[in-house]
Amino acid sequence: MIVHFLIIVPILTILIMLFVQKQQVIRAVALTGAIIQLLVVINVLWQYVLNSDMTTGNVMLQTNVMWFAPLNIHYSVGVDGISIVMLFLTALVVIAAILVSWKEEYLTKEFFVLLTLLALGAYGFFISFDLFLMFFFLELAVIPKFLLILNWGSGNKTYSATKLVLMLIGASAILFMGILGIYYASSNGSPSFNMLTLKDSGMVYHWQLIFFPFLFIGFGVFTALFPFHTWVPDGHSAAPTAGSMFLAGISMKLGGYGLIRLVTMLMPAAAQFYSPYIVLLAVIGILYGAFATMVQKDLKYMNAYSSVSHCGFVVLGIGMLNPVAITGAVLQMISHGLMTALFFAAIGMIYCRTHTRIIKEMGGLLTYLPFIGGLFILAGLASLGLPGLSGFVAEVTVLVGSWQLPFLPYRIATIIAAASIVVTAVYILRAAGTILMGNTKANHFDTPIDARWYEKWAGVLLGIGILIVGVLPFLILKIISPTIHYWQS
Amino acid sequence: MNEGLLVILLLFLPLVTFVVNRLFIGKKWPVLSGYLATLILIITTLLSVVLAWQYYFEYGKINGTYALFIPIDEPWLSFSNSLSINFTILVDALSVMMVLVVNIVSLMVHIFSLAYMKGEDRYGYYYAYLGLFTFAMLGLVLSGNIFELFIFWELVGISSYLLIGFYYTKPEAVAAAKKAFIVTRFADFGFLIGILLLGSLSNQFDIVQMVGSLTSQQTLTQGAGTSFIGLSALTWACLLLFMGAAGKSAMFPLHIWLPDAMEGPTPVSALIHAATMVVAGVFLIARFFPIFQLDGTVLTIVGIVGAFTAFFAAIIACTQTDIKRVLAFSTISQIGYMMLALGVDDNILNPHLGYTAALFHLFTHAFFKSLLFLCAGAIIHAVHTNNMLEMGGLRKLLPVTHIGFLVGCLAIAGVPPFSGFFSKEAILFAAYQQHKWLYAVALVTAFITSFYMFRLYFSIFWNKPVKNEHTHEGNWLIKLPLLILIALVIVTGFIPFGNFISANGKPLLLPMHIGFSVIPVLLALLGIVYAAILYFKESNVPASLENSFGLVYSTVKHKFYIDELYQFITHKIIFNGIGNASAWIDKQVIDKLVNVSAGITFSFSIAIKKLQSGKVQQYLLIFIVGILCLFVLFLV
Repeated sequence: MIVHFLIIVPILTILIMLFVQKQQVIRAVALTGAIIQLLVVINVLWQYVLNSDMTTGNVMLQTNVMWFAPLNIHYSVGVDGISIVMLFLTALVVIAAILVSWKEEYLTKEFFVLLTLLALGAYGFFISFDLFLMFFFLELAVIPKFLLILNWGSGNKTYSATKLVLMLIGASAILFMGILGIYYASSNGSPSFNMLTLKDSGMVYHWQLIFFPFLFIGFGVFTALFPFHTWVPDGHSAAPTAGSMFLAGISMKLGGYGLIRLVTMLMPAAAQFYSPYIVLLAVIGILYGAFATMVQKDLKYMNAYSSVSHCGFVVLGIGMLNPVAITGAVLQMISHGLMTALFFAAIGMIYCRTHTRIIKEMGGLLTYLPFIGGLFILAGLASLGLPGLSGFVAEVTVLVGSWQLPFLPYRIATIIAAASIVVTAVYILRAAGTILMGNTKANHFDTPIDARWYEKWAGVLLGIGILIVGVLPFLILKIISPTIHYWQS
Repeated sequence: MNEGLLVILLLFLPLVTFVVNRLFIGKKWPVLSGYLATLILIITTLLSVVLAWQYYFEYGKINGTYALFIPIDEPWLSFSNSLSINFTILVDALSVMMVLVVNIVSLMVHIFSLAYMKGEDRYGYYYAYLGLFTFAMLGLVLSGNIFELFIFWELVGISSYLLIGFYYTKPEAVAAAKKAFIVTRFADFGFLIGILLLGSLSNQFDIVQMVGSLTSQQTLTQGAGTSFIGLSALTWACLLLFMGAAGKSAMFPLHIWLPDAMEGPTPVSALIHAATMVVAGVFLIARFFPIFQLDGTVLTIVGIVGAFTAFFAAIIACTQTDIKRVLAFSTISQIGYMMLALGVDDNILNPHLGYTAALFHLFTHAFFKSLLFLCAGAIIHAVHTNNMLEMGGLRKLLPVTHIGFLVGCLAIAGVPPFSGFFSKEAILFAAYQQHKWLYAVALVTAFITSFYMFRLYFSIFWNKPVKNEHTHEGNWLIKLPLLILIALVIVTGFIPFGNFISANGKPLLLPMHIGFSVIPVLLALLGIVYAAILYFKESNVPASLENSFGLVYSTVKHKFYIDELYQFITHKIIFNGIGNASAWIDKQVIDKLVNVSAGITFSFSIAIKKLQSGKVQQYLLIFIVGILCLFVLFLV
C-alpha cells in the first residue's frame, strides 16, 4: 500500500500548490511534500526490510491492477533493492534542489510545480514493473525539463532546451520501438509489458539480438552514453541550478536503471552478445569525457563533461554483466547522483555571488565563502574518488567487478577506465585550485556572504549522503546485492 | 590492555581530533584545538609505547619468532565470498615499529607547531589536518587488507595535499599541492591495477592470505602462462606495486613533487615529507616482501632505481640553496638508500640483511631527518628566509638548533656513533655482498651526502661573522622536541635492530666490522673536510667553482630540467593535445552530427512544406496527375 504514496504524495503536492498564491506558502508546500516523500521512502525501506529476509532480493510490496485491458497494460508497481536506493537518491536530491531554489522569485509556482512533476516522473519510473507504465513515467520526467530550461535557464537556453528534449524524446521513440518489440515477441504467446513475466518467459534469442540495441540506445542516451551524450553539456549548463541537479542527479540515473533492468531481466542473452560493444562505448566515454572535461572553461560545462565520464562507469559496470560490476554500477549511480547534485548546487551558489562561471575569472574564494568552498571541495573529492566518500566505493566496485573476467580486452578496458582517476584528479584540483585558492580576484563580488541556511541544509543533506555511502557501503550493499544476485541467477 | 582495543584507540583518537577540530572548535578556539590535538597525540604515543613493549617483550615472540596477530577483521565492502575489503588490523613486528615511529615524530611535530604556527590563520584547521594525517598514516601501517592499505594510502595523500596547500592564498603552495597529489595519483593508478592483478592471482585481498597463497603456489602462477609482454603476471603485479611505492617515496622519475612540497609549513615537511609518508613506499615493499622475493627481477629493479635515485638526488642537493629543498633532495636520496637495501636483499648469502637494513635506515632516518627539518623550521622562524646564502654565523644565536642540526648532519653523513652510521653501514654491507656496482654507487653517494649536508651546515652556522641580533631561539615548545630528537638520534643507532625486525621474524645480527667501516667513514669525513674548505669561511671559491662548471652546474641546478620535461608533456601534449582535441571532436564532430541531423530534418520539412501550398489548383493538378498514373499502372 505504501508504495502508492510515492505517486500520490507528489500529485497532492502539485494540487495544493495550484491553489495557493503566496510565494512563501508555495515553496513551503513544495518542501513539505518533498520531506513527506522522503519519509514515505524510509517507510518503504522499512517495509521492505520487514517483508523480505534481506537475502532473496525479490520484488516486494507489489500491486498489479489492470489499467488498459485491450493492450494488457497494467498498473504494476513494487520495489526491490535497486529501486529502493534509487528512490532514496531521488528523495534526497529533490529536497536539496527545492532548498537551493528557495529564493526563486520568477514564476515561483510554475517552477516548483514543474520540479515536483519531474520528481513524480522519477518516482513512478523507479517503482514501475510494467514497461508501458515505466515509459509513461519516463516521458513525464522529460517534458517539464524543456519548460524549466526555457523559462529559468541561462545562456543559449532555447537551443539547449530544444536539443535536450529532442534528443531525449528521440531516445524515447527508439526505446518505445524496443518495448513494442518485446511486447510482441515475448515467447509465451500472449503479448505482455510486465517485466516479471517477461523475465520468466524469456525471449527468443534472435528477437533479443534485434531489439536489444533499441532499448540499449534508448536508455543509453539518458545516461549520456558516448556518442549520444552531447545533450548533457548544453542541457546542464543552460538549466537553472535545481534543474541541473535534477538532470544530473536523477535524470541520468533513469537510463542506468533501465539498462540494469534490460541486461539482467529482459534480455540477458543478448546482453552477453553485445557486452564487448557496451564495454567499448563505456570506456571511450570514460576517458574521452575525462579529457574533454580537463579543458573546459565553464564550471557547469566541466561538471557536465565529468558526468559523461562518471556515467561511463555505470555503463561499464553494466556491460561487464557480473554481479560485482553491476553492484558497482548501482553504487556509481547513487554516488554520482549525490556528488554531482552537490557539485551543481555549489556551482549555483558560487554563481549567485560572483555572477560568473568561468573558472579563470575567479580566485581565492575560499577566504570569503568557506562553507560553499567546502561543499565544492567535498563534491570534488568525491568526484576524484577519495576513499571515505562515495565515489571511491563505487569506482572500486566497478573495477573489481570488471577485472573478474580473465579476458584480455576486458582487462585493458578496466585499466583504461582506471586511468581516468588520474585525469579526474587533474581537472578537479585545477578547478578547485583556481577558483577557491590562490590570489583573490574579488572585484565582481556584490554579496560576499557565505551560504544561507537553506543552502547550508541542501549541502549538508547531500554531503551526509556522500559520507554514508563512502564510509558505510556495507549498509547499501545489504540492500542491493541480494536483488542483483536474484536477477542474475 | 586488550591489544585490539589498544590499537583501535591508538588509530581512531587522531581521527577524533580531525573531526572535532575541523568541524567544531578549530575556528572558534584555535588555541584549544592545538592543545587538544597535542594532548591526544601524547596519549596515542604512550599507547604505542605500550603496544610496542607488549609486542616485542611480552607476547609477540612465539618460539623465538615474531608472530603476527590480527585482533580485528571486519568486512567493509564484500565483493564475493573470498574477495572483500575488510577493516583488518595487522599487528606484527613491522607495523608496531612503524606505529612507534609515526607517533613519536608526529608528537614532536605537534609540540613544535604549538609555537611555530602560533598566530597563523586557520591554526585550528592545521591541527585538524595533522590529525587526519596521523590517523591515515597509522591506518596505512596497520592495514591487513591490501585495499584497506590503498584507502589509507589515498587518505595520506589527501592530507598531504591539504597541508602542502595550507597557505592556500599562495599560488606556489597551491601549485605544489596539486603537483604532489597528481604525481602520486598517477603512481597510485599503477598501484590500483597491481592490487587488482594480485587479487585475481590469489583470489584474496587479505594481505596475510594473499602472501600465503602466492608463495605456496609459486610455480603454479609462474608456469600457468599468464604472461603479458614477456613478463609473468606476478612480475607485472610487483612492478605495479613498485610504481605506487615509487610515487609516494619520490623515486626517480616520480620524484618531482617532493622538492615542491616544501611549500607547506616546515613542521609538516618534517612529519610528512621526511619521516613518515614518503617512506610509505619502502614500507609497502617490505609489507609485500615475500611476493617480491618470488621474482628477483623486480627486486633488482628496485635496487637499481634506489641506487640511481640516491646518487642523482645527492648531486642535485649540492647545488640547491633553499635549505628546505636541500633537505628534500637529501630525503629522496636517503629513501633511495632504503630501496637499494631492499633490492640487494638476498636469502642465500646473508639471510635478509637488506630487508632489515632498509627498515633500520627508515627508522633512524625518521628521527634524524625530522630533527633536521625541525631545526630548519627553527632557523626559518628566526631569520625569515629559506635561502642559505642569506644566512651565516647563526651558531650563537640559535645554540640548541645549532647542536641539533650538527647532530642531524653527522647522523646523515654516517659518522659514528650517530644513528645514521649504523643503518648506513648495514645497507653498505648488504650491497657489498650482493652487488658490487650498487655498493660503489652507494659509497660515492655517501661522500656526496656528507659534502652537501655540511655545505648546508657551514653556510648556515659559520661562513659569516657571528650575528648578535636580538632574535632568539623561541620557547621551550621549540626546544623540547629538538632535544628529544637529538637524544633519539644518539641512542637509536645502538638498538640491536635485527633482533626486532627481520624478513622472517627470526632475530638477525646486523654485522659490524671495523675494517669494513673504515672506508665509508673516511669518505664521510672527507666530505666534511671538503665542505669546510669551501664553506667554513666566506669566500668566492664556491662561486668561481660554479662558474668553471658552467653548463653542467646549471643543468644540475635546474634539476636536470626534468620538471620542464614534465611541464612539456602535461601542458603541451596531454592538455593541449589530447584534452583540446577531445573537446574539439566533441564540438565539431559529434555535436555537429547532432546539429546536422536536426538541420536535415528541418530542410526536409521545408522542402515538403511546399506541397502544402494551400492553392486549390495545385492540389487539383496533383490529383489528376495521380489518377492518370494509377490508370497507367492498371492498364499496364
